[in-house]
Amino acid sequence: MDRRRFLQVMLGAGGALIVGIPARRAWAAPPPVPLALLGDSWSQLDAFVGIEANGRTLIGARAPEIGQGVRTALPRIIADELDADWARVEVIALPLGVEDRDNGQPRWTYGPQFAGGGRNIPAAWQDLRPAGAAARWLLRQAAAQQWNLPADRLDTRAGWVIAPDGRRLNYGDLAAAAAQISLPDGGVAPKPASAYTLIGQPAGDVDARAIVSGRQLYASDQYWGEGYVAVIARCPYADGELQQMDDTAARAVEGVEKIVPISTRATLGPLGQVPLAPGVAVLARDTWAALKGRAQLALRWRAHHGADASTATLAQQAAALLKGTPTTRVLARGDMAKALHGVRRLGAEYHVPFVAHATMEPMHCLAHISDGHAHLIVPTQEPRAALEVVRKLTGLDPGNILIELPRAGGGYGRRLDNDYVAEAVLLAQAAGKPVKLMWMREDDLTHDVYRPFGLHRLTAGVDRKGRITAWRHHLASTSRLWHRDVPGSRLWQSELQPDTWPVALMPAADLAWYALDFPLWRGAWRAPAHVSSVFAIESFLDEIAHATRQDPLKLRLALLQPARRLDTAHGVLDTARLANVLRQAARIIGWGTRAPAGHGRGLACAFVAGGYCAHAFEVSLHDDAVRFHRVVAVVDVGRVINPLGLEAQIAGGTLDALSTAMKLEITVEHGVVRQQNFPDYPIARRDELPREVEVMTVLSTASPSGAEDLGVPSAAPALANAIFAAGGPRLRRMPFRHALARGG
Amino acid sequence: MPQPPPHAPPATIVPQPKRSGIHLRVNGKPYLHAGDPQMPLLWWLRDYLQLTGTKYACGIGACGACTVLVDGKAEHACLLPMQTLAGRSITTVEGLADADGTFSALQQAWVDEDAVQCGYCQAGQLVAAHALLQKHPQPGEAELDALPNLCRCGAYPRMRRAIVRAAAARKAGKP
Repeated sequence: MDRRRFLQVMLGAGGALIVGIPARRAWAAPPPVPLALLGDSWSQLDAFVGIEANGRTLIGARAPEIGQGVRTALPRIIADELDADWARVEVIALPLGVEDRDNGQPRWTYGPQFAGGGRNIPAAWQDLRPAGAAARWLLRQAAAQQWNLPADRLDTRAGWVIAPDGRRLNYGDLAAAAAQISLPDGGVAPKPASAYTLIGQPAGDVDARAIVSGRQLYASDQYWGEGYVAVIARCPYADGELQQMDDTAARAVEGVEKIVPISTRATLGPLGQVPLAPGVAVLARDTWAALKGRAQLALRWRAHHGADASTATLAQQAAALLKGTPTTRVLARGDMAKALHGVRRLGAEYHVPFVAHATMEPMHCLAHISDGHAHLIVPTQEPRAALEVVRKLTGLDPGNILIELPRAGGGYGRRLDNDYVAEAVLLAQAAGKPVKLMWMREDDLTHDVYRPFGLHRLTAGVDRKGRITAWRHHLASTSRLWHRDVPGSRLWQSELQPDTWPVALMPAADLAWYALDFPLWRGAWRAPAHVSSVFAIESFLDEIAHATRQDPLKLRLALLQPARRLDTAHGVLDTARLANVLRQAARIIGWGTRAPAGHGRGLACAFVAGGYCAHAFEVSLHDDAVRFHRVVAVVDVGRVINPLGLEAQIAGGTLDALSTAMKLEITVEHGVVRQQNFPDYPIARRDELPREVEVMTVLSTASPSGAEDLGVPSAAPALANAIFAAGGPRLRRMPFRHALARGG
Repeated sequence: MPQPPPHAPPATIVPQPKRSGIHLRVNGKPYLHAGDPQMPLLWWLRDYLQLTGTKYACGIGACGACTVLVDGKAEHACLLPMQTLAGRSITTVEGLADADGTFSALQQAWVDEDAVQCGYCQAGQLVAAHALLQKHPQPGEAELDALPNLCRCGAYPRMRRAIVRAAAARKAGKP
């Protein structure tokens, strides 16, 4: 879509210049509390850029912020094109931009709005720069008229237009005049890179001050006067129903107003297959009353099937499957039989458990359905999918649905599913009042959409010179596309990647996927598929290197040479850039020099969403504890928008990956998830993790890519490889704590 | 009939019955809780005082997102029934800054180190770090390691740097 076609110039309240998308709301939404503070500027919020007469600059942030830094990075891209004074920029969280088409279908007015997959930065690079460039062009035109000078002789800097003789005009003083000028038909070209002032410079999170003073409003921090707080007792089985209910005691709790059963089979017809459990909701005047009421419910649940499901036997089931015929032969390249003939054959199996998202902020949602309108406050990663949920449940036209996107307390893929939105809408409809739905930690851990379980079996043929002649990767896993209206022939697509490092470089390769059945909803979890397969692949490469007495770094570099460009489903992989991050990480950690006694070094790399990452660790083992001496991550994401934000994502992703790999798993007994809260789902604390992560960034002018999950996949195998090098066991099963506790 | 002047004292003063409930102070101001004495402080702060900086994340004192100061000591608001708080003095994240909004050295260090990611656990992290600095004005590695608050984003290293920076600023005389 050519965004410039939609950019328009408007004169706002008080002589403000607005460059953005014209609003055509079917109804006047009341200014929600935080936005009301802005007073007159409410009318300008349907814009990417608003410059007020006093010079204050409002920039709309369209992407949901889940901790990945886009509410800072995307407005910085616009502000740089605008040559705005960043100190005078106020970032405004835009709601989902939607209006009705004539056919009742939604029209998305702000372009892509989502969080996940590292897609925001590349999208903004294409379509948000023109918004800033257009505003700057208009301001220069306005100054040119005032000074009677040609516009191309005027400079702009930090909120001022500057004439060759040094005269200056503030953007605020030019805003009203600029709003009278029309944009040129061909649009306005973005700046040359040499003129960037903000892009590439470090910037702290725009919400940091609000957060440290407790003023930042997450969804659950917002209150609608006449509403209810709701909590839900959900069916513990993935597929089950309410058999018996006695809510007498719950109704007797002071402050409990309503008890509302949610029967998914009856109510969710229009939604199709979504991860939503039947439940009984308690609606009350406050959270405590709702919780007390829920505790008093006497409920009996029945499983339709899966009441005997257990993760204890899942590995055996997977192993049995791998002996049979694959569900899908994903890739067959070259002559495997020949490639495996007369060479050394190596093999290993790697186990990846179910894990939860465990966002610090559980799934909360506010919904108000009334008078043919719906108003939601949703910390979601997929606002458009949330809108679809609301449409299907209410029958409302898109233009009558307002979805606000507050900062979310973590996402990691959990908020790509909008099950909690459906619950909030159903309850608001049933109650006839606004509802604030609260998920408790127990709800969150037992009703997640889990990272899939997988058993990876890797086999390689290695010739006398140590070259890999054949590569086989067979995986039995619980596809996350299961029950998602995806045909059986495509379920492998969320599990295996046949087009990327290293399989795409192997002379002969065989990839196959085996469908493992298990009654637990699955979803996307940080760098989905990569996070599991990279652990298996990068561990196996290390095993091959050790078994054939090769240097693990040189083995990888040999595979990556000569430089090639591979077309993958996740962008073009330049093998020279992957080799470079590996070399840099190795150099920093001192690869090839003697490590102190008892220390071991390991490395691993990954290509994720167009970005490159290599991890290099130096660790030692002390009883069952890992001691981290160095943790290095080198990344290449092309041009860096905000180095401070990038460093946070890579360091944080590394630590999250280590926490998960060492400690976390979701287990199921008798069809029920066992983990209830942090004591049995023990996210790592400070004392279990490295104190520092050394993040290095490759300087690049390549088109920027997103980095939110880039630091995750290669961290676990780098740790496993380092532990092995330190004299520890070869860790082939996550979480590592089991093997480490056994002392290897 | 002549009207009494608008600000004249009433002819007779009937003392109001003493309001029963739990009296406590939050961020220096007096409050009365007249509701369920078992309600945890967390929900009272959030649902009734709308002091929503203090966050729910586990409800069982396992994560620290709801950390507040009770008479200067770090406690989990989710575990404290209101009935245990009569006469106590609570400080939440909203009370860390000066009355005029000037940040404490710790809050400023947090911003300077850009220690927030998703930000949801941060109020509890700040209050816990505040309590740590009260007890150990120059915390060592062991004290910094021992902070129990969970962060799912992995922002621990920057929080560590922020606490060290704040300790240095306080030593130099900043509040």
